[in-house]
Order: sequence, then structure tokens, then C-alpha cells
Amino acid sequence: MSDPRTGTDGGGGRPAPPDVAALTDGEWHRLHPATPLLKGGIALAAVLVILFNNAREYVVELFVPGGRRGDEGDPFGYVVDQGWLGLLLLAVVVVIALFVGGFWLSWRMHTFRVGEDVVEVRSGIVFRTNRRARLDRIQGINIQRPLLARVFGAAKLEVNQAGQDANVNLAYLRSASADDLRREILRRAGGAQQPHAPAPSAAGAPVDAPAAGTGDATDAAVVAGTAGPGQPDAHGPHRQGFGGLVEQRANEFLAPELDPDEAPPQSVVALSPGRLIGSTVLSGYTLFLLAAVVAIVISVVTTGEWFLLFVLLPAVLGSGGFYVNRITKSLRYTIAGTRDGVRIGYGLFSTSNETLPPGRIHSVKVSQPLLWRPFGWWDVKINRASRSSTKGAAGQENTTILPVGDEDDVRRVLELVLPELVGVAAVGVAAEEARAGSTASAVVPEAVAPATVVPEVVASATGPETDASVAGEAAPPALGGEVLGDATSVAGEAAPPAVRDAVEATTEHTLSLVEGGLRSSGTDGGFTVSPRRAAVLRWFSWRRNGFRTAPGALLLRKGAIWRQLVIVPLPRVQSVGLVQGPLRRRLRLATVHLHTVQGPIVAEIGALDQDDALGFFTTAGREAVAAAHADRTHRWSEETP
Amino acid sequence: MDRLDIPDAQWTRVSPRYVWPELIGYVVTGLIVAAATVPLWFIGQWWTYAITAVVVLVTIVVAALTPRRVRAIGYQLREDDLLLRKGILYLRVVAVPYGRMQLIDINRGPVVRALGLSDLKFVTAAAASAVTIPGVPADEAERLRDRLVELAESRRAGL
Repeated sequence: MSDPRTGTDGGGGRPAPPDVAALTDGEWHRLHPATPLLKGGIALAAVLVILFNNAREYVVELFVPGGRRGDEGDPFGYVVDQGWLGLLLLAVVVVIALFVGGFWLSWRMHTFRVGEDVVEVRSGIVFRTNRRARLDRIQGINIQRPLLARVFGAAKLEVNQAGQDANVNLAYLRSASADDLRREILRRAGGAQQPHAPAPSAAGAPVDAPAAGTGDATDAAVVAGTAGPGQPDAHGPHRQGFGGLVEQRANEFLAPELDPDEAPPQSVVALSPGRLIGSTVLSGYTLFLLAAVVAIVISVVTTGEWFLLFVLLPAVLGSGGFYVNRITKSLRYTIAGTRDGVRIGYGLFSTSNETLPPGRIHSVKVSQPLLWRPFGWWDVKINRASRSSTKGAAGQENTTILPVGDEDDVRRVLELVLPELVGVAAVGVAAEEARAGSTASAVVPEAVAPATVVPEVVASATGPETDASVAGEAAPPALGGEVLGDATSVAGEAAPPAVRDAVEATTEHTLSLVEGGLRSSGTDGGFTVSPRRAAVLRWFSWRRNGFRTAPGALLLRKGAIWRQLVIVPLPRVQSVGLVQGPLRRRLRLATVHLHTVQGPIVAEIGALDQDDALGFFTTAGREAVAAAHADRTHRWSEETP
Repeated sequence: MDRLDIPDAQWTRVSPRYVWPELIGYVVTGLIVAAATVPLWFIGQWWTYAITAVVVLVTIVVAALTPRRVRAIGYQLREDDLLLRKGILYLRVVAVPYGRMQLIDINRGPVVRALGLSDLKFVTAAAASAVTIPGVPADEAERLRDRLVELAESRRAGL
């Protein structure tokens, strides 16, 4: 397959595609020419709507004589009566021209460039802004395609940095070049010196590409072409004429959310509409709604007054919009692993799809609302360092990475997220220890025979009762100091098989612990739980309320009614706290806090026996330091020096 | 009943002079709240006096415990992290790895400055772990900050 348009060489051993090379050559570039229209479109529409609203009766009268009432307060009628219609139209034209001119000027002044280490944006007409973002600090890159923008083949690229309102917005770019630009930025951010070698998964892309399209083989080729190198897109319209343009837009509309040459096109989780609707209907909001309906019925029946109906009915009716919005936002939800992190896409009309590079997830929570329990559904949320105004799946915060799924879905999502989070951390720490050990003992004969040792690691790591220390002891011989750095380049293709196996083994181990912890209670799965006397504080959940260490992560298991399991990756722990108030002191209980960046997840575990809490506090503190030391994810695909 | 404490921790206490800024803070707050209850006296009910009495009493108790509370503040520079403990009734111990410190502030309020002290504040990426060592002698605070910055630099980690 040598045709470049099929995406055979997606990120393979070639220079960046010409269009991207142009965007990332370190020079200043402008955004998509339709930007002023897309940004100003709403304002324009507003002006026109106001105008039309006022002119409505006048327009009606043109066709229906005598239809117009001679209202004194009708401003449009007044203007027409005074003979100022021409003036009014002129004013409208001037206002629109000012808008368009302003947006055009702002487009002219809005430039960006992508260097080797930074993305830089200059914007503003009167107040100039210049923002630089260091690439190795990128927390995620989001590409949004609002409905209107999709019509123009434009996309909004948002580079997320840690902190409040610290995002670099490139709105709008040409749809296809946005994908390429993201890939190129991520490549540079990852610290890879050369363009990526073809990944094993990418090798499957040409085979999968037709399947990922709309089913028609020719269709798929066009889809791949538009989503692939920007060259065909850049000149496409001129070559194909208007018909071609329309067809191309239509194809872009139907294109799979993840472009096939960049990710394995199959999402690992299929979110069926039925389940999505079911989960939305079974949310806490529905309970509120039911309560409102019951209140209306009771009040009407008992008092015979319709008062409450008029107060609450609009809210009840309006909630329909809420459900529809949530459901359309989550339709076509996809999640897939790529070389440069996890990609999450969703949206039916306005689409959004985000890449989270490795190590940018600060904690993970798997939880189950009470109403979902009969169906065995869970959702997965994350804490992340960047805060964006962009909403995520189901119109929720963009911290939800799985809106709803069964245990298999949870497992598949965690399989994507965890290797880079905990597997690498555990192996990195082990390698670090091995390096320290090997410098001390000078000779590590086992290191030359990884093949014989790795199965040992696997065996010990997958054993149900082994814990982090066992895996840690077994791993060092396999991971001599020389493979240390490779252990951190997760994405796979660069890492030697031994390291990859070790990462997989530890991830598998942690994953099995997580799975075991979802529904278990008591000391099952090696959790340390609250003592019986904690039942005063944790009425139902004291048997379930517990913690345990896992390779590269700390697991907190909480809640008997609203079950949840929090996974805090060790390299992301900012600090550890131990708290004991007067009541807990009497009960000899204490609370441990694992501080991570702010988000929907608060990683704390209360009502532990104070000795257990102290032990956990000490272990967590020590292991967090070791893990942070071995962490290399800020340059996730960098080769070792 | 054994107390919850970190085994073999060598706590460095903050300066005993730090009692004064704490004390002044509590007394002033107490007086303001007490003063705010005075207009209630014009109602002429007995409980209005009781409210004021309670406020004054609470202030006195809190103020009386201040020296103990200040003595309970301790910190320790361990090999890889800074350990800080606070509180008698509400015990709080935080361990902040040096590599996680994003910045270190030295704050000096008017009373604290008059006593030649400084407050050291550490900020990490997690809002919850913002910890303060109050009442460190000024020159000691500068030294401590430089030392911590150096440690943080040598153990720099990402977010």
C-alpha cells in the first residue's frame, strides 16, 4: 500500500506531511480563514434575529394586507412610517460590517507557531496577548468540532496546560490539519527525536481503515484521505469543484471519530444507545423529577388547587432537553489507546476528541450509583491538572472518561489508562532499585537472562496474595540498570520485550486487584479494612472501607451503598496527610488523605485503625517519593540518554 | 490510650514567641465578636448577657490553650520529605516530598514581624497539601527556605 492517502505511513518513517510541516516549521501562522465567520456567526445571527423579530409584523403585512396592528410601541413600524427604512438598513449593514471587520482584524492578529519546545500564540487587537506553553507540560490536547465548524471543515484545537485557564486555544484550524498538528505536537512533547517508528498497532491500520469507514471501500479511502495528510484536503476543493467539496464535507461528517491512521480505529468500549439512555434515566436527577411529579399529583389531588402544577411543570418539561442533550453528547463515545496516550471522543453533532498523554491522570475513580447497581453499571472519572471550560461526555465535566459501562468496559478502560500510570511506575521503581542494587553488588548475573526471569515476575505478580514488595523483589534481576530508561518509554515499540512484559505483568496484577476490589468487602483482595468499632462512623460500609497498596498505585475501597474504588497512581501523589479529631481519637481511628490535584476525586480514607492508618501514611509517603523519582512520563517517548 | 504519633520523629518546634501573634489574634477576634453581641443587651433579656459571657469564656479557654497548641506545632526535614504536625485536639500530620514543592512563600504579618519571626508556606500542585510552618525566626526561615529550594531542585519531579 504505497498510496499516501490510505494512511499506511501514519506517523511512520517519513517527515511530517507537507501541510503540517508548514504549520510546525517554527514560523508564525494564521488560523482557518473561516474563523471570523465561525466566531462572529453567533453575533451576526443575533442581530438578524432581533431585526427579524421586529420586522415580522411588517413582513406579514406585505403578504396579508391589514394584518398589521398599528402598535405605537412597534419600533420597526415607527421607522418605516418615518421613512427611515434606508437609514435603518444602512445602520444594520454598518453594524455587520463592523462585526465582520472586527473579527477579520482579530483573525489577522491571531497567529501561532509551534517550535521544538513551545507552542506560542499571539492574539488581541488593542490588548495584545502572547502565550507560550511548554510542550513537555502539556496535560492534554482536545480537538472540538462544533456543528457549524464542521460544515466549514474547521476544528478547534485546545492545548491544555496545568492550572486554571491555562489553555492555548487554536480556534479554528482546518479539520484535517488539526489532527496532524496534534500528532506532531504530541510527538515533540513526548521527546521522541525521530518520527515514530511504525507501531505494531499502526501496521494494522491500512487493513482496518476500510472497515472503519462507512462500510464502502471507496468511501473509506476518501475518509482516510481527508483525515490523513493535509495535502489532498488543501487542494481538494479546487480540484474537485463544488460537488467534490460537498462530498468531502459529507464524508468528514460521517468519518469515524478517531482517524484510522492514528489510532487503532476500534474503540475498546462500545456504548450502546440503550445503555446510555438507561443510565441517564436512572440518574439522581430522575429521582428529583419523580419527586416533583409526585408532589404535583398529591397537591392537586388533596387540595384541588393547581398552584404547584404551574410552578413545577415548566421545570419538568424543560428536563426533556436535559436528557436529550446528555444523550446526544455521549453518542458515538469512543475510547482508544494511541502511542501518545488515551484518546476519548464523543458527540453526535458537535464532536470532541481529546488525547491525554501518559502520566497526566492524577487519580481514577470507579464508582457505582445506587440505581445502577441492578444492572452492574459503573462510571470512571479522573482527576487532571488542567481545567478546561470544555464539557466532556454526557455534558459532564471533562473528567468523566467512561460515562457508563459494565465491569468488562471498566476493565478495558483501565487497561488503557493503567499501564502508563501504574505499570511503568512500578517497573521504573524496580529498575531504579535494581540500579542501586547493581552498583552496590557490581555483578548481577541474572540480568543477562531476562527471558528466564520475566516469567518469574509474571508468576509472582499475578499471584493473588503477592503485593508490591514481592513484585519489586522479583523484578530487579530482570530489569538490569541498562534497561531502566526504556522502562519508562511505555508506548511500547521502543521498550525491550522484557520491560514491556514486566509493565504488562504489573499492570495486570494491579488490574486484577482493582477488579477484585470493585464489589468485594472485608479483607478479600488483601484490603486492610476498618475495625468493628468504626461501625459507629461507617454504619454500613465499615467492612468494605479499606485500602491496599498495589504495584505503582494505592487503592482505596469505599462505600457499601454507593460503591467506589479510587486508584491513586504513586508518581502523582503530591503529599500525604494523616488526620485525627477528638472523636476518632477516642475510637483509636484516624483518616489518611492522599493529596492529588483538584478534581472530582478526593482520595481519603477515614475510620481506619490508627496503627493501620499510620502504617499506610508511612508506606504511601515512602513509595510516592520513590515513584516520583523514577517517573519519566513528562517526556513519555524519550530515549534514555 | 496511646497517642497517634509518628515513631522516632525528631520534631523541631517553632519559636515559643509565636504564642503572641496567635494570642493577639484570638483575643482580638474574641473581643470583636463579644462587642457585636453587646447591642443585644438592650433587649433586656438574661440570655443576651449569657451570649456575651459564652463568647468571652470561649475566647479565654482558646487563649489559655494557645501555648500548648504552639508547642504542638513541629516539623522535621527527613531524607525525602518534609514532615509537619499541628494541633492537639485535631491532630494533622502532612508529609510533603521535596520534589513536589512548587513554591515556598515567606510571609510576615505585623505582629510576627515585630517579634522577628516569619511564616513559611509551601505550595504543591494539590490545594489540599498547602502547609504552613508559622513562627520560624526570620534568619532561620531564610535558611530553611534556601535549604528546601535546594532539596526541591535536586529532587525535581513533574506534576
